[in-house]
Amino acid sequence: MSSPIIRLDELSVGDSGTIVEIVGNDLIASRLMEMGLIEEEPITVIGKAPMGDPIEYSVRGYRISLRKTEASRVMVSRQN
Amino acid sequence: MAPSIDASKATRTVALIGNPNTGKSSLFNALCGMNARVGNYPGVTVEQKVGRLVGSSMNVDVVDLPGTYSLAARSADEAVTVNVLSGELANQAAPEVAIVILDATNVERNLYLFSQMYELGLPLILVLNMWDRVESEGLHVDADLIAKRLGVPVICTSANRRRGVNELRVAIESALNGKQLPVEASRSSRALYPEAFLEESKRLAAWLETQGHRLPSYRVDRLIIDSDGHFQKMLCQSGVSEISKHIEESRERLAASGCRVPMFETKVRYGWIRQLIDGAVTRKESRSASPSDRIDRWLTHRWVGMLVFVLIMFLVFQSITLVAEWPMKRIEELQGIASSAVEAVVPSGALRSLLVDGVISGVGAVVVFIPQIAILFFFIAVLEDCGYMARAAFVMDKLMSSVGLSGKSFLPLMSSFACAVPGIMATRTIENRKDRMVTLLIAPLMSCSARMPVYILMVSAFVPATRYLGGWVTLQGMVLMMMQSLGAIVAIPVAWLLKKFFFPGEQATFLMELHSYKWPSMWVVYQRVWERVISFVGRAGTLIFCTTILVWAAGYFPADHSKLDTAVGNLEKLQSQQSELVAKSEQAKGAEDESAVQAKVQELQVEVDQALASVNALRSDMIESSFLGMFGHRIEPLVRPLGWDWKIGVATIASFPAREVIIATLGTIYSLGSDENEESLSLQSQMQQAKWPDGRPVFTLATSLSIMVFFALCAQCSATLMTIRRETNSWRWPLFSFAYMTTLAYVGAWLTYQVFALWG
Repeated sequence: MSSPIIRLDELSVGDSGTIVEIVGNDLIASRLMEMGLIEEEPITVIGKAPMGDPIEYSVRGYRISLRKTEASRVMVSRQN
Repeated sequence: MAPSIDASKATRTVALIGNPNTGKSSLFNALCGMNARVGNYPGVTVEQKVGRLVGSSMNVDVVDLPGTYSLAARSADEAVTVNVLSGELANQAAPEVAIVILDATNVERNLYLFSQMYELGLPLILVLNMWDRVESEGLHVDADLIAKRLGVPVICTSANRRRGVNELRVAIESALNGKQLPVEASRSSRALYPEAFLEESKRLAAWLETQGHRLPSYRVDRLIIDSDGHFQKMLCQSGVSEISKHIEESRERLAASGCRVPMFETKVRYGWIRQLIDGAVTRKESRSASPSDRIDRWLTHRWVGMLVFVLIMFLVFQSITLVAEWPMKRIEELQGIASSAVEAVVPSGALRSLLVDGVISGVGAVVVFIPQIAILFFFIAVLEDCGYMARAAFVMDKLMSSVGLSGKSFLPLMSSFACAVPGIMATRTIENRKDRMVTLLIAPLMSCSARMPVYILMVSAFVPATRYLGGWVTLQGMVLMMMQSLGAIVAIPVAWLLKKFFFPGEQATFLMELHSYKWPSMWVVYQRVWERVISFVGRAGTLIFCTTILVWAAGYFPADHSKLDTAVGNLEKLQSQQSELVAKSEQAKGAEDESAVQAKVQELQVEVDQALASVNALRSDMIESSFLGMFGHRIEPLVRPLGWDWKIGVATIASFPAREVIIATLGTIYSLGSDENEESLSLQSQMQQAKWPDGRPVFTLATSLSIMVFFALCAQCSATLMTIRRETNSWRWPLFSFAYMTTLAYVGAWLTYQVFALWG
């Protein structure tokens, strides 16, 4: 039932996941949480920039772009 | 202070705050007209913008706070907002009411800042802006329900169409008239904080009171939540050094009781928001593939997206170079017309020189930038308002992050290849302060169009016209290309060093909202362009004008101009005689005395040429005996290692107002007059013939390369420096730019000369 936990930047375009944890205690983690990336929140990959980084996500009804280094701080469980 | 203040009424203050890109500045302009007073908060780089509420019977100042996602106080810049709101700044009255502006199409995320504002105890007004787009985004927002749940008036506006602004004005007035009570603490999200945290906050507040610091609960909370935050540092500095120990203990006890700091804050706030909007904000259909997403699929596509990006940037760049050329040429023509008008009326002397070479060229030096600034900000405003600007940063981010910047730095840097002045002004689109400062400081290294004349003169006079690969590749072209790219190449390590040593600290984040695409509002575009042009002319322009006058005075005084004035008078008399005679010879065409008149014309021509030569020779003497010339002689030992003589030194110093001025100054020094341009063959041949006292030529390949390298890297452009002054609101950064670029230029020119002089 429970799907494996992966990093947000490992999701492919079109995939959705549920946020499990934000790793770390620093500014990046705080910023991500302030922008609404909180545990149990669903998140969808909308698209990637031409050079593969950054990545566009949909969360809480809006679109946000995250660099891979930032997205890798978010742990998600993949949804089908 | 504005003169229109009615003394019988006290000035009331309200604050305007919101997330970035919520249309806050449009709303500010709609409320206050376009006459904001702009300054700087002491000690930080945050801009202070205050306007007067128009159409109100009260005197209301509206303080426009910088766009922010959160009221956390991690840095001094972030803490300014909290300090303004609680009235702790000396030069700013405490606001009595705060207007919180939200993007009505993204209420949930935008309410995060509101939830923090709700704890400050100020009466609030909630503005749902972009109301006109709620429907088309497939949303339903029940503003009345939100107002009822919060106990705060909610006003729906579309600031770019100036809708709802009157209702907001009325709400501000009634809030100021005390018709609105401060928010109740029990309704705020703080009431949902874990019991353990509230206990710790109370304990810390009590301890601080024993130390003589009575702080509101929001500040005490922030002390515990923001590790090493600004308030903690301030308290440490004011002698409460034990604060760190107490905070540490609080956090340890919280960790032991299972309360995770700082995670719990965001969790509680978003939980509170969900309750608040439950049933009040609903989405009609799932937006899995909205029209905006479909556009985005192409605009961020691997190939198509790249191509569109390149095309748009090409269009912008072409416009600020080619389209701006026409008005710029007209401005120069007008300058010429004004100068001749003055010359016709004012006799040769200090006054004429001040008017022509000081005032008219000073005004021209300011006005000439307006076309480029207006065109660049037209595009920036259109691209930002339609939503593409964020995508452009998205597309370019990977490339720019390799030099430690973000995608938002691309457009300002690219624009700087046309001119650093609009480029530096465009760094305002970069929200991250450090990225903005680094971009602003390296922008003047990009090879702007004013460097081109210097390169062309040097290359065509001193670089051999050798051709390679069957004539397809010229040495001159290669040198030109190297000079054009030198600044950008040097900028890479400079950016890295600036980041490392001048703007260290936490890693920059690049969390960026990508709004849905929409049609740009012409009202917003107009405001943006107008605001930028006025701000340039009013602030940077004044300083540019003053610099031109100062450099004029240094080049004019203390030399005795009486001989020159007589010579100029003589020349002008001869010239008017000549034109009369020419007119006469036109009439005499076919008449019997035609040849006699022709001979007279030629005779006079010789006299005019002689007079002109003596004027030019005197001009050259004048500049040599001016302060500028004396200074040039004085610094000759300094420029000798670069392979320069004092004349090049003087011309370089005289080009401080703008790089291309070096050509006119060289023309004057070489007794050719100041009308010489970079393609002038007489200037080229004069320079080729210039000799050191021992007979060696002054201008060798090594010397000309050293001049070009110097001009590629130096900050000889007062307009750029004054724009940096204007944009950073401090003299520190223009001085820093001048110092670092001049050092770079000197070292670069020295190395170039030494290497090429060895080569021969």
